[in-house]
Amino acid sequence: MSTAEMRLACKPGDYKSDVQPVWCPGCGDYHVLMSFTRAFAALGLPPEKIAVISGIGCSSRIPAYTNCYGFHGVHGRSLALAAGLKVTRPDLTVVVASGDGDGYSIGGNHFLHACRRNIDMTYVVMDNRVYGMTKGQPSPTTEPDFDTALSPGGTGVRPFHPLVIALASGANFVARAFSGSPNETADILVEAIRHPGFSFIEILSPCVTFRPDEKEWKSMVRPAPVEATDDAARAARRLMTDDGFNIGVLYRGERRPFQPPFGRADADLTALETEFVL
Amino acid sequence: MTQATPEITSLPDLLAVAWRIEADAVERYQALAAQMETFNNAELAAVFRDLARAEGIHAEEIRRMAGDLDVAARAREIDPWRSGESPESADLAEAHYKMTPWHALQLALAGEQRALAFFDHILKTATDEAVRKMAAEFVEEENEHVDLVRRLLRRHREPSENWSEDPDAPVAQD
Repeated sequence: MSTAEMRLACKPGDYKSDVQPVWCPGCGDYHVLMSFTRAFAALGLPPEKIAVISGIGCSSRIPAYTNCYGFHGVHGRSLALAAGLKVTRPDLTVVVASGDGDGYSIGGNHFLHACRRNIDMTYVVMDNRVYGMTKGQPSPTTEPDFDTALSPGGTGVRPFHPLVIALASGANFVARAFSGSPNETADILVEAIRHPGFSFIEILSPCVTFRPDEKEWKSMVRPAPVEATDDAARAARRLMTDDGFNIGVLYRGERRPFQPPFGRADADLTALETEFVL
Repeated sequence: MTQATPEITSLPDLLAVAWRIEADAVERYQALAAQMETFNNAELAAVFRDLARAEGIHAEEIRRMAGDLDVAARAREIDPWRSGESPESADLAEAHYKMTPWHALQLALAGEQRALAFFDHILKTATDEAVRKMAAEFVEEENEHVDLVRRLLRRHREPSENWSEDPDAPVAQD
């Protein structure tokens, strides 16, 4: 079957597993899952050629809900796992799913170095500005005036700006999407997966349980007023006036992806056994 | 979610898109039913299952009308909602674990009204006579669906303003 025929034959439902999601009704992550499956179908990729890797958190449940290869790893370490997988299996399409706590706090350092290293994979962070799975603690992207019993008087801490960090650290593709627009998000995912090197997408995905105020996001998001650029300095200047609700691709870089000089051909099981024998 | 209106220029395309609208609605209601089952809300899960069943019947009727045309394949080729969402699909973001059948029917009413507006737009803008004739039939049908959902809504009292309050809320912040 040709790629074009494969694309026509693939349906989003082909990428869904039989596992029923347990996110709260109204959670933005349902839409993100929909965007994943629509993007995979649009790319016409066989499920066994995709690996969805995650850490811990509500968003990190996503590998179980697809029938691609998946790995639900440890907290904050999804990028390390994914990098290891991609360098040894460059034939796989590697998509990494994380949240703002898992990805920017526990896994913050991996984020910097994954951008810097520029391995060919796509990193999706579902940002709801709160630790949802553990009942609503502030995360690195939480606003400083988030005043709750768990953060009395607000955190008073300046939020992390993921796009600024990604750009400054060398990510080769930087975008922001909104979960409530699953087709547009799927389009950005398709582009990110196709783009060589490390692609980063921040998806604003409301947490209706611990941040009901985020239901308003659907009236706050807007298409970015300018086209994507391949000039990192220009992209950085745009971010200086970004209020966090501009949707679209910000930056498409041209850095060559990192791929060490070994791959599947060297992954001989006998050789590996010999190397790791105690 | 935003809705977009694809340009329909032939009867097979209209049938394929109409089928896709119903099929997408089935999928969405099934997803909502499963969510409610997960949250142990059997009453609401049953309402969503009924809505899915009703949309499934409509989808099957369209498939029959289309005869030999493979509506699913044609719909994939047209890919009518590259931006926006299929008009009759309920917005998942509007779901809540404390929602009631009244809310479910409000979602259904909004979907039927969007579908009605969609076919009405085709009726008013299409130049092909066969497309216009079929669009008129769909408009009539969607009007019936809107009326039906309104009648069903009359059986349910609108919940009070604090319907989402949970005396045993999952929130650990208060």
